[in-house]
Amino acid sequence: MSEAIDMTGAVQRQAAGEALQVLTFDLQGETFALDAGVVREVIDLTAETRVPGAAPFVEAVINFRGRVIPLADLRLAFGMARGEPTLDSRIVVIEFELKGGDATLVGLRADKVHEVTLLPLADTEAPPSVGLRWRADFIRCLAKRGGELVIVPDLSQIFATRGGASGTVVPFAQAQISI
Amino acid sequence: MSTTDPVAIFRQEAQDLLEQIEQGLLDLAHRPADRDLVDAVFRGLHTLKGSGAMFGFDALAAFTHHCEGAFDKVRRGEAPASAELVAAVLAAQDHMRALAEGREASETEGAALLARLHAAVEGGQQAPAAATPAETTWRVRFSFPADALANGTRPLPLIDELREMGACEVRALTDQVPPLAELAPAECRLGWEVVVTTAQSRAAIEDVFIFVIDDMQLEIEAVGPEGEAAPEPQAAAAAVPQAYAPAATDVASEAASSARTARQGESVRVPAERLDELMDRVGELVIAQSRLKQVAAGSIDPNLRSVSEEIERLAAELRDTMMVVRMVPVSQLFGRFRRLIHDLSRETGKVIELVTDGEATELDKTVIERLADPLVHMIRNAADHGLETPEQRQAAGKPAAGRITLSARQSGAEVWISIADDGRGIDRARVRAKAEENGLIAPDAVLGDSELLQLIFHPGFSTAQTITNLSGRGVGMDVVKRTIEGLRGTMDMTSEPGQGSVITLRIPLTLAIIDGLLVRVSGDRYVIPLAAVEECVELSIEQDLRSAGRHLINLRGQLVPFIRLRELFDTGAPPDPHQKVVVVSTGAERVGLVVDQILGDHQTVIKSLSTLHADVETFSGATILGDGGVALILDVPHLVAAGQRQDAHLRVAS
Repeated sequence: MSEAIDMTGAVQRQAAGEALQVLTFDLQGETFALDAGVVREVIDLTAETRVPGAAPFVEAVINFRGRVIPLADLRLAFGMARGEPTLDSRIVVIEFELKGGDATLVGLRADKVHEVTLLPLADTEAPPSVGLRWRADFIRCLAKRGGELVIVPDLSQIFATRGGASGTVVPFAQAQISI
Repeated sequence: MSTTDPVAIFRQEAQDLLEQIEQGLLDLAHRPADRDLVDAVFRGLHTLKGSGAMFGFDALAAFTHHCEGAFDKVRRGEAPASAELVAAVLAAQDHMRALAEGREASETEGAALLARLHAAVEGGQQAPAAATPAETTWRVRFSFPADALANGTRPLPLIDELREMGACEVRALTDQVPPLAELAPAECRLGWEVVVTTAQSRAAIEDVFIFVIDDMQLEIEAVGPEGEAAPEPQAAAAAVPQAYAPAATDVASEAASSARTARQGESVRVPAERLDELMDRVGELVIAQSRLKQVAAGSIDPNLRSVSEEIERLAAELRDTMMVVRMVPVSQLFGRFRRLIHDLSRETGKVIELVTDGEATELDKTVIERLADPLVHMIRNAADHGLETPEQRQAAGKPAAGRITLSARQSGAEVWISIADDGRGIDRARVRAKAEENGLIAPDAVLGDSELLQLIFHPGFSTAQTITNLSGRGVGMDVVKRTIEGLRGTMDMTSEPGQGSVITLRIPLTLAIIDGLLVRVSGDRYVIPLAAVEECVELSIEQDLRSAGRHLINLRGQLVPFIRLRELFDTGAPPDPHQKVVVVSTGAERVGLVVDQILGDHQTVIKSLSTLHADVETFSGATILGDGGVALILDVPHLVAAGQRQDAHLRVAS
């Protein structure tokens, strides 16, 4: 528990208030929550530009207010199907410090975005080491809210491993030779 | 955003001061008798000490105090500005810089520097002026602008300092003090008259006020019998009407401070991130404007159309202005190398002269910063390998002093920077022998002269027979070459035996913007940097079919490998019937890129991709198109290398 909470300073600060302020959203029927402090904006779907050769988890970039930012799909990190975009589909733009770099803006796909809410820390727990469908290191903590499970993803771990897909990316040089 | 951290400001200021001091010292090495230079260096040290103490950098203040003391002796003619002293203070400077940046600085090192400094001063010290100058009585009258106290000026220490000079009589001047009802307690309405009898000169008294002299009124006159003949009043700053007039004094102090700004070339220091933010906003504006243009084009309202055109013009101008804002003169870069030459000269025992030319040429700030290291390396190489010792030079009938010339000039959208030396030139036989030894070329290979010289840029190449402290560790020119290519620049070398060598760098004016060729591959658009594009040809159906096995096209008798971008990008859609080949090159190597359509040229603001895409080597960045869409920019050197590799593999296979 304590280790999971040590991941970012923001959580530690909120730990004092004994509740996490989070933005909740849906991905393939599961509810996810993001530390509200990192969320910059929620935008409608926009024109996407595919980046050939990139990991499927970050396969596109978008224009967000004159900046080119990567668009990440958490569904792939959690082994879910992509699904078709719907009227409720949104992009949650977060400002996040990638490992060894400056703060970067990243867009996250969401099937549906709910409200900003408080997750009492007492209701959260570290992911169990067994019996979980998802990679345990991708989850910062799990919370119960009204009998429903809320997943707080560990973004730094997910980004560092490109959604767990970095090993499958074929390096460009090899791709060339096979032509 | 506008909150300013005083410590950060001090560091910035200390940086500037240290640079000024360094320039002064270096000039002083050539003109040791120049009093203005001595004064300038002294003033720099004095200010550094003063503001250091003010912001709590006590170690810095204490250390600088010694250097200042040494220069004070020079100023008073008690010691000459000898080469040893200049070198000692230059060496001490690095220590000061470390202290100013709050880095760990070893105390023993500081002590050693001070010992060296003292030795330099004592060694060069002439017999201390035996006859102390006769004492003079001065009348010093001074007053400050009303807001002086609020700005941090403290009159009391100044008066104390005067009192330390000799017998002193201090009188407050109250004629400017308004009636009690109008008196604002935070305003400084008092003036002072100090009559001091001292052996010190007028300049010494002026120095007491060195920090505040720009904003105050100061009169110094000799009143003593043995003083200077005529009392000459000294108005140090803008004359302020003597009558009590708050508005007037404010204006005067503003005038004084604006005069000071003018001396600094009317420049404002802005953090680079703010410029980047501004650049982003301009980018957004341009995109919003192009949407407006589309709306206006579909409307019949003439007012809307004219406003849209007006905004289009303004946005374009704003973007052009923004580009210029990022440009700084290369003198910022060249200035740093004077110290390097000084050090190199001492280390190698060679006499080196640095000549710079075209310092007003402007380049993007980021480019300038990234050029610094490669240039240091090339200058070191020139000094270490290129230039001969004075004896060798004289034997060859050349002046004893070797010359390194740094020059810059603009040529179209590029800046050419050259580093020339008049040394021995490149020894081709040795380059060849070394390259054969390292297995870079076959022993009987036939190479053109420029190909031979290009070997120097090959990884792991060094011709220095003995490895010196300065260069020749074999991690050299290839790194330089890669950095230059990273800036989308090129480098060439020419060399005349016995006459010296010239390396010319061609660097694009700015990294922020490129001219690109916009192409379409399947449904996506990509930008190819126009500077790399050689020509565009149609891929005929026969060529398309014939090349199924080998990806080569025949371009006027030359076989050029090509890459089908739609395969590389795995678009999965059938190709257009009339595909085009864009032939791109880096230097001598070429590769063709097969695209579906060429959309035209496009001036592009470059956005870097985030670190999440750091593993994608095919693209060097991205750009935002007029319709708000994003297009990726192809990394040509990478594609060319990949194309050549693929070609080599096919050759081996066939």
